[in-house]
Amino acid sequence: MNSPPGVTRATLVKDLRLEWRSKDAINSMLFFALLVVVIFSFSFDPTAEESRRIAGGLVWVAFLFAAVVALNQTWARELRNQVLDAYRVSPARANSLFLAKVTGNFIFVSVLEALMTPLFVVFYNLRAIGPAYQLLFVAVLGTWALVVNGTFFAAMSIRTRSREIMLPLLLFPITIPALLAMVEATSSILTGEFSARFWIVLLAVYDVVFTTGCLLFFEIVLHGE
Amino acid sequence: MTYLFAAYVATWVIHIAYLGHLARGYARLNREIEELNRKR
Amino acid sequence: MKRAFPIFAILTAGLLSYGLYGALIQAPTEQTMGDVQRIFYYHVPSAWTAFCLFFVNLVASIVYLVRRSPKVDALALASAEVGVVFCTVVLVTGPIWARPVWGIWWTWDLRLTLTLVLWLIYVSYLMLRRFSSSGQTPVMAAVLAALGALDVPLVYFSIWFFRTQHPQPVIGGGGSIDPRMLHVLLMNWLAFMCFAALVCWSRYRLEILRRQVEETQALESLLAGGSSR
Repeated sequence: MNSPPGVTRATLVKDLRLEWRSKDAINSMLFFALLVVVIFSFSFDPTAEESRRIAGGLVWVAFLFAAVVALNQTWARELRNQVLDAYRVSPARANSLFLAKVTGNFIFVSVLEALMTPLFVVFYNLRAIGPAYQLLFVAVLGTWALVVNGTFFAAMSIRTRSREIMLPLLLFPITIPALLAMVEATSSILTGEFSARFWIVLLAVYDVVFTTGCLLFFEIVLHGE
Repeated sequence: MTYLFAAYVATWVIHIAYLGHLARGYARLNREIEELNRKR
Repeated sequence: MKRAFPIFAILTAGLLSYGLYGALIQAPTEQTMGDVQRIFYYHVPSAWTAFCLFFVNLVASIVYLVRRSPKVDALALASAEVGVVFCTVVLVTGPIWARPVWGIWWTWDLRLTLTLVLWLIYVSYLMLRRFSSSGQTPVMAAVLAALGALDVPLVYFSIWFFRTQHPQPVIGGGGSIDPRMLHVLLMNWLAFMCFAALVCWSRYRLEILRRQVEETQALESLLAGGSSR
């Protein structure tokens, strides 16, 4: 129980159980993403050819905004009953906690993506011309990039005034290369015009670099002085 | 030529605006220091 | 130190006016672009200065994470703020130059986009400093600066590849530069570096002073509260 994997597992199971009972995060994310999809499809009225070109951007923007909704709740929940303070004084490694939170968020956002993707396909008449199996890599690596940085910056923004606003302000500039890679990879697979290989490699590098960086700095952020 | 002057003017407007911001900061601090001195 | 400040200020003013003279009169007119090219003498030195300032910020942030000295943190804040000012100059003069030469205000050029992303990262850095509660500001900001530095090479490669996929306006390919132009360029860079050092210095002093005043105020109110009881 006190070993790092034990702490990670315990926290993860606790978060999943909480989410399973309340379904707060997943419901708000789902509804939010649905709203984005509907509003976008009002304003663009896409034809098949056009939509293929812009869908990569739309899909990821919707997921990004929806993920921010969930990410804001990860630490706020722990703040309410001083759980975060308890973590701070406990001998458990900060990184085990971080990994648990990242994994939890990764599961939530993945579920969201799995549920929303069919909707996108229906609304925008999507059909991949390029190799569709690559979309899976893009989704996994892209979601991980979003979630690692998002969880980290959510822990940072929880310490500020007006915390809900602060998270996207910190997250978006740093995530620009990952976002660009996700959007471009998805568009190139959907249109089949370019190879997405470079973007997938870039995403993988981004994931490795930022997972390492976040693990390196998380303890400093959690203790905060 | 207009573009050239626009660029140079814009550069200095930005720098002077920032210097003004700094000067305001100093002025406010000086006021606060005076207030502290008066209290003493 | 205090007496050095006005001397340095006068020196900087001299350098800046000499740089301006060089840029407007001394430097030869470029053949294809004409006089508009003279924006170059402000645009490029500002960009180099901004990058230098961001580098200073990174070093100061890392030193802060190791040493936890409040003075280093004040230096990090000053360099980031002045860096954002110089970066703004670059981003404003860039389109003014691009418009008459390429006929468009903005292009997703590698250097231009990299500058924009850096600007965004450092604006978010300043926002974080403004919004976080005072005790934790320096640590959070230093961590953000370190992560931002990790981001730069990734941004570079992503934009580099992005560019190869999208049609671009042809941008004057390198070539050799007239030695007189280079002289004026370096002169202006020196002038802007001195100016940046000057502004940074005053921002740094302002920050140190502000902290002292805040401490004294807190102390005073504590004492006042104690005596009234």
